[in-house]
Amino acid sequence: MQFLALLLALLVISSLLYRMGRGRALALSTSQLERSRGGGGNLGVLHSLPAYYGYYVALWCGVPALVLIACWLIGEPIILKGLVLNALPPETKELSTVRLSLLMNEVRQMASSGDFRFASDNVALAAASQYRNLMQTSFAAMAVIALALSAAGGFFALQRIKPQLRARNAVESVVRIFLIASSTIAIFTTIGIILSLLFESLRFFRLVPIQEFLFGLEWSPQMAMRSDQVGASGAFGAVPLFAGTLLISVIAMVVAVPIGLMSAIYMAEYAHPRVRSVAKPLLEILAGIPTVVYGFFAVVTVAPLLRDIGADLGIGISTESALATGIVMGVMIIPFISSLSDDVITAVPDSLRHGAYGLGATRSETIKQVVLPAALPGIVGGVLLAVSRAIGETMIVVMAAGLSAHLTANPFASVTTVTVQIVTLLVGDQEFDSPKTLSAFALGLVLFVVTLALNVVALNVVRKYREKYD
Amino acid sequence: MTELTETLPATAAAERVGAHLKARYAAETRFRLYGIVAIVVALSFLAILLFTIISRGYSAFAQTQVEVPITFDAALLNPDGKADVQEALKDADYGAVIRQSLLAKFPDFAGQRQATREVTRIVSTGATDQLRSMVMSNPSLIGQTKEIWLPVEAPVDQLMKGATGRTADQGGNFGAYELTAIDQLKAEGRLHQRFNHWLFTQGDSRQPELAGLRGAIAGSFFTLFVTVLLSFPLGVAAAVYLEEFAPKNKWTDVIEVNINNLAAVPSIVFGLLALEIFLNVFGLPRSSPLVGGLALTLVSLPTIIIAGRVALKAVPPWIREAAFGLGASPLQTVIHHVLPLAMPGILTGTIIGMARAVGETAPLLMIGMVAFIVDMPGSPLEPSTVLPVQVYLWATSPERAFVERTSAAIIVLLVFLAVMNAAAIYLRKKFERRW
Repeated sequence: MQFLALLLALLVISSLLYRMGRGRALALSTSQLERSRGGGGNLGVLHSLPAYYGYYVALWCGVPALVLIACWLIGEPIILKGLVLNALPPETKELSTVRLSLLMNEVRQMASSGDFRFASDNVALAAASQYRNLMQTSFAAMAVIALALSAAGGFFALQRIKPQLRARNAVESVVRIFLIASSTIAIFTTIGIILSLLFESLRFFRLVPIQEFLFGLEWSPQMAMRSDQVGASGAFGAVPLFAGTLLISVIAMVVAVPIGLMSAIYMAEYAHPRVRSVAKPLLEILAGIPTVVYGFFAVVTVAPLLRDIGADLGIGISTESALATGIVMGVMIIPFISSLSDDVITAVPDSLRHGAYGLGATRSETIKQVVLPAALPGIVGGVLLAVSRAIGETMIVVMAAGLSAHLTANPFASVTTVTVQIVTLLVGDQEFDSPKTLSAFALGLVLFVVTLALNVVALNVVRKYREKYD
Repeated sequence: MTELTETLPATAAAERVGAHLKARYAAETRFRLYGIVAIVVALSFLAILLFTIISRGYSAFAQTQVEVPITFDAALLNPDGKADVQEALKDADYGAVIRQSLLAKFPDFAGQRQATREVTRIVSTGATDQLRSMVMSNPSLIGQTKEIWLPVEAPVDQLMKGATGRTADQGGNFGAYELTAIDQLKAEGRLHQRFNHWLFTQGDSRQPELAGLRGAIAGSFFTLFVTVLLSFPLGVAAAVYLEEFAPKNKWTDVIEVNINNLAAVPSIVFGLLALEIFLNVFGLPRSSPLVGGLALTLVSLPTIIIAGRVALKAVPPWIREAAFGLGASPLQTVIHHVLPLAMPGILTGTIIGMARAVGETAPLLMIGMVAFIVDMPGSPLEPSTVLPVQVYLWATSPERAFVERTSAAIIVLLVFLAVMNAAAIYLRKKFERRW
């Protein structure tokens, strides 16, 4: 709330200074004019439109203050943490880094909520109240400095206003910097993903060798509370997860590719425009339904149905079978494949079709022997994108697939996937020093690398194909 | 082959061609049929899905309530005769008030402990809050008797809706006294299904009959607010730069490829990023809509940038040339002329991106928005949950009554999405321009 008030105050000051800057520019234009000729206003003496002088002043007022606030917010937790750690009693300081970071988390939680009722001990309580005091002091200092900076910047800029000042160029270059910065966010996101996944994964690989993770056949990340318990070490062989992910994705593709492709062909080549205008948006509804809804659908409808059918036929189908999960995931992917295929099929030039018709081919022969081969690269690209989506899909598998890892190719059995494990490992208590939590990041890294590779290949295939007919 | 056909008599050749033609036409019809079947199958999946959700969920919008003549007994509400009536009312035992009033309806059960316990089980334990707020806002009720509709416990509600039967093997779990009492209340017309306002006015609860979506809706609202506030300006700025200003060089290529790839990165990876950067490095509050909004900004930014670029590309070049001709600077051209013309397209893309963000669940699980939260969040910094996560939480709850609540929550979610998408379609239809 305080923070919002500060931002609001900055906004008010900036808009005030905008008016002052504009007014000053207007005053300059008229006073010069009166000196030379007398009479009405002439803006021609100004380099830029008066509003740009206003923006110029407002930017000088707002930008330095905002930059300061941003730096402050980034630096504040680090400095405060150091101060609070220093003030801890010596015996607390001696604790392991893990215990210390736990303590600091608790302190930070209490300090930011202002709720000290659940402090674990007096040390934490004292630290939390110190932290809270420091936070308040720090905020007050930041607010005062930021407001002073904005006022100073504003008045500095006001002093600089002269008819010759290139206000528009200055404002435009600031806007340009903002535009460029926005466009680089995508890069920073990617870098952020890679760095954060790599950082935690490397910590994980220090505890568990990478070859054991990639090629091990046993996955049971449950770490024992005490070291003398049975199975205390946990096993981190991810092959069963990869196999489970692959199995479910393959089932999904078996459902989605024929249905998606055939409906795309029908809509692009056969359907009456009126049918198309109804069926296409209806199919796209399937793409707009949140995946958590598909997950619920799999659990309450598809899985029990398959189990009952299996019981009638004498096949044991698990309630968490890969089949049910895969079918529902396939349904989710149908619109994805159909809309991508539709695009590439309609992009095939009509001259190819006319040529085939001219040779006496029927419509289906034209499609099978001319249109599809021509569209194949695009369709393959679309399917690859769909595979990457199936591998990364989370909610359906979290709700409908199993938790325990089995290395099996039986679609009726319960398997688990990479995404399911990431969710189960990270929901609940996280300990960033145990391989259990860290392994989720290693799995995330594998997921990211695999989907990225699929996307790069798919996008390249699609792009090459587009160039061919454009 | 050719030699063979040449040597055959003409009629035989025609016959063969005719037969072949027949087979080819049959193949044609079959192929066409496959297409129709594919579309029908896909659409019937949609129909089954919607039918499942609606048929399971519509009943949750009604809730069985029981009309009980509640006696606001001063001896129970203010047993110590405190002078500050409000203070006494705050801590009074409303459970006892309900128990006494309810048991007064069943004189036969007086003094039987088992019967008392079972009859008390009919009314939801959450009904006490309702009575408390009633009496506290109107203390003159003390000493009076009034007919009041109270929510019943979830198992009774399920029985009345016919979702479970009366016996254990039909899913019901009732005592003999309880069933007798239910039958009597029903015969007296005191059990009715009325509109379930709790679904919209309550936060989450362990008791299905009191669990509502208010907290989740507020959380979704805050999260969406943060997402829109960040992703719209950033997305538009990035799209404008890439489409209007960026030089064609390697750097721009890298950015473009990057955006396309990010659009296809699984959303759970963004959750891992948010967990590591926003929570561990910057120490932002866990489970808060602020962090959720930041994560969803990263998820939806590529979509908005791509949609924005398509919309900007659709503005014909002569608009720009005309503006340049009148002396506008490149930035003025874009801000005053190109951007307003592209705005409907950008908005459409943004709304579709936001609709996707509203339904997004996986990244929010990573940053702890799955916590059980009863209170409504008052700001984007307080712990909260969002609609799809609430669906997930309810779907994994064991109580039978949560199945219908989950479906109801999904209906609410789908209605939100439908409204957003309808707005996008309306915008597109209304402002679509062909040049």
